[in-house]
Amino acid sequence: MPETQPLVTLKKKDFQTDNDVRWCPGCGDYAILATVQKYLATTGKKKEDFVFVSGIGCAARFPYYMNTYGFHTIHGRAPSIATGLKVAKPELDVWIISGDGDSLSIGGNHLLHILRRNLNVVILLFNNQIYGLTKGQYSPSSEQGKVTKSTPRGSIDHPVNPAAFALGAGASFYARTIDTHAKHMLEVLKAAHEHEGTALVEILQNCVVFNNAAFDDYASRTTRDERAVFCQPGQPLGFAKGERALDFRKGRFKAVAHEDATYVHEPSNAAAAYALAQLRYPVADAVPMGVLYQEQRATYDGLFVQDTKDAKSAGKEPTLHNLLHRGDVWEVK
Amino acid sequence: MGTNANVKSVERVVVRLAGDSGDGMQLTGNELTRASALAGNDVATFPDYPAEIRAPAGTLAGVSGFQLHFASQDIFTPGDEPDVLVAMNPAAFKKNIGDLKPGGLAIVNQSAFIKNNLRKVGYDESPLEDPVLNERFRIVPIEMNAQVERALENEGLSTKEIGRSKNFWALGLLYWLYGRNADKQLKWIDEKFANKKKFAESNKKVFLAGHAFGETAELFGESYRVEAATTDPGHYRNIMGNQALVTGLVAAAQKSGLEMVLGSYPITPASDILHAMSRFRHYGCSTVQAEDEIAAIGVAIGASYGGAIGVCSTSGPGLALKGEALGLAHIVELPLVVVNVQRGGPSTGLPTKTEQSDLLQALFGRNGDAPLPVLAAKSPADCFDAAYEAVRIATKYMTPVILMSDGYVANGSEPWRLPDLQKLKAIEVNVRVEPEGYEVYQRDETTLARDWVIPGTPGMEHRVGGLEKDSLSGEVSYVPENHAEMCRVRAEKVRGVQAEIDAPELYGDLDGDTLIVGWGGTFGALRQACDDANEEGLGVAHCHLRWIHPFAPQLDAILKRYRNVLVCELNSGQLAFLLRATFLKDVKSFTKVEGQPFRIREVLAEIQKLQGSSNA
Repeated sequence: MPETQPLVTLKKKDFQTDNDVRWCPGCGDYAILATVQKYLATTGKKKEDFVFVSGIGCAARFPYYMNTYGFHTIHGRAPSIATGLKVAKPELDVWIISGDGDSLSIGGNHLLHILRRNLNVVILLFNNQIYGLTKGQYSPSSEQGKVTKSTPRGSIDHPVNPAAFALGAGASFYARTIDTHAKHMLEVLKAAHEHEGTALVEILQNCVVFNNAAFDDYASRTTRDERAVFCQPGQPLGFAKGERALDFRKGRFKAVAHEDATYVHEPSNAAAAYALAQLRYPVADAVPMGVLYQEQRATYDGLFVQDTKDAKSAGKEPTLHNLLHRGDVWEVK
Repeated sequence: MGTNANVKSVERVVVRLAGDSGDGMQLTGNELTRASALAGNDVATFPDYPAEIRAPAGTLAGVSGFQLHFASQDIFTPGDEPDVLVAMNPAAFKKNIGDLKPGGLAIVNQSAFIKNNLRKVGYDESPLEDPVLNERFRIVPIEMNAQVERALENEGLSTKEIGRSKNFWALGLLYWLYGRNADKQLKWIDEKFANKKKFAESNKKVFLAGHAFGETAELFGESYRVEAATTDPGHYRNIMGNQALVTGLVAAAQKSGLEMVLGSYPITPASDILHAMSRFRHYGCSTVQAEDEIAAIGVAIGASYGGAIGVCSTSGPGLALKGEALGLAHIVELPLVVVNVQRGGPSTGLPTKTEQSDLLQALFGRNGDAPLPVLAAKSPADCFDAAYEAVRIATKYMTPVILMSDGYVANGSEPWRLPDLQKLKAIEVNVRVEPEGYEVYQRDETTLARDWVIPGTPGMEHRVGGLEKDSLSGEVSYVPENHAEMCRVRAEKVRGVQAEIDAPELYGDLDGDTLIVGWGGTFGALRQACDDANEEGLGVAHCHLRWIHPFAPQLDAILKRYRNVLVCELNSGQLAFLLRATFLKDVKSFTKVEGQPFRIREVLAEIQKLQGSSNA
């Protein structure tokens, strides 16, 4: 598409506010904030066109730190508010900031419906597998058996799998990245932002106070080279420093020697995406990162705009007089 | 018309149609209403149907009713007791015969009075032969099924299809009985069944057969004429409450020049608002059928944040779910209209019945101090004005507004005089695009409204949200004095809506001892009871409140002028509670929670009782 407007040149700091950032020292949220600000500066878009909408939780404070438009709403409901905003003003670039409690617990219903509708927004789901803002209860993505303030004998809840949830709900885009891996996150943010439709990005985010090192087995700087698969379209799903790879065999992924793997990553392959979503450490040898699934289909806001256009071209002239004089009208003289 | 019957002129008639849920009584009632309105009668209707779509056939639970009152003079209600009952089966007969006026006419489908149907409702033998009932009422049994079958001989229709047509037969008979224009009805049937020619033809045949039966059967002796009512000059249409409400919303959007987005989740008796609004897309009024009640208000808030007028339609249980989001809309100060079409509660309660028991929920059903303007529609046609006013206040004051309707107002209908377009008030909108000196919570000096700044506006990027904010900059603030100031100013802004409120109309005998006060859909019953009381010389005035929050500034003086103030409402005394608390006035409370509207005579009896006791 030819560019009709010159690109705007902004820097990362243009997206920063004067507010003191009030996350705990060492929180993974800092790195995500910095990476998002850095990414937005590369888009060539104007500050006023971005809106960050959040629910409740530590992550939900994010809009206060972004020098764009922002709306800190209520727990779990950001997708519905974003939906109203997008249908009223489809040209806005809307990002939803959420956490595992906000999106997968109290807001699970809204996440389901925004994904199936395919509203053209980016959702950043900060998954730290714990309730941070309420000081340390287990979350719907916490592992079974987790001992927390509210589960002194260990949690009996089976955790939700965000990737499988998203795919089951009909998401058109699902990706996973890591708070401490700025380069990868930047790549994923770009892919998500350029996707037409709801782009759900699960960010494995460390809660240094209540759930420290939750992802260290496979996502830390030292372990991810061994146990994370950074999926790239058209490439084998290699891990363990290129020695091993995941191969798609009989509907499942199996870890094999790299040279024995024939499968190359196809983000549009729904069966493969579902199989990738099932790979959880330590049951699986490696955990996939990057864009696991992407399909192109019509967006809700796109269809909404079209529906309005169609109605306007088909309907009787929308005047107040025509509005009142509908049906059987009679005159009394 | 009638060759063998006298034509008798009457001032008013109340007809009740009753049958199985699938018998098409609502359609029949609506058609007779339309014909009566087009003939110039004043009309008022009251549909009364069960919550189940199709309760077991022939049972009392499955009886669906429609009451229509038409008259040559102004009327305020669908009438207390019917003059005429049309009963399509024993269940409908049993459930309604007790309401029929003594001497009233009961037209009964005798074909349905077979053993099985009688047994289902506990009749050992047919009540149509009962001498006591026949003494009291004029019962006319007709073999409608046989009549319909004869009319449709050789049409190639199944027994089931034939059975479904009998409401048109009854409609034809009623058209003859009240001299309605049959040609218009035939045209309507052609239009309604344009895609099903076969049914258009069969329904027309059945309708004409019913009409001819009246003319020739010599069962009735006379037919009736109700002259056109003398009403104010103008253009009229018959309209149901929910439709008038949507028309008011769309008119306000059109007048404001803004788009409107209705977020809604289907709920009885509000769903028709969603249905009706979905047909105004070409007016820039769109709908989102959300996944739940909370998402519906989320969509509306998001739309308002984006510069459209956000609207929600719901009923009591839905309003309960929207409480937290209403608090958000209150604290971020965005315009929003939430329509609550009340039904019987608590919980799921009586979904298809009417009540006014959400008043205190509307006023107080939120966490924190979060006052909102609350107003109520008093009749079907009044829903237009109330909805228009709700939007006007929401945008002018940058606040959510709750508009109360109820099942009786929403589903009832009456003639509506189309408003003069020149007289519709302006819808004021405070959209700001000027960044110089902008502060998020800077306020208009008069209304205390903040500016509406739409995302996408250059140079005004800012954050809003549910955390308390600094009273000027809009940054998050935990300063104790600031929170107190923000609570104060939000409440003061809402109280300031008083400047928009007309003095409440006082009607009736203003110099008597007694004032009856109501709000919402009880208007008609109270107005008529007031007239009836004054005919007896009881000296009663009537004041009906448009605004519940804030109250009209004159209300205090009005209440204190009367020795007896009787507050009539369909709940357990919620407005009475508010008036006592607000004005320290010892009002009396008259309430009813049966899922049914007030009867005029119930209100009248209460007035008589009150005066009797206060004079004793």
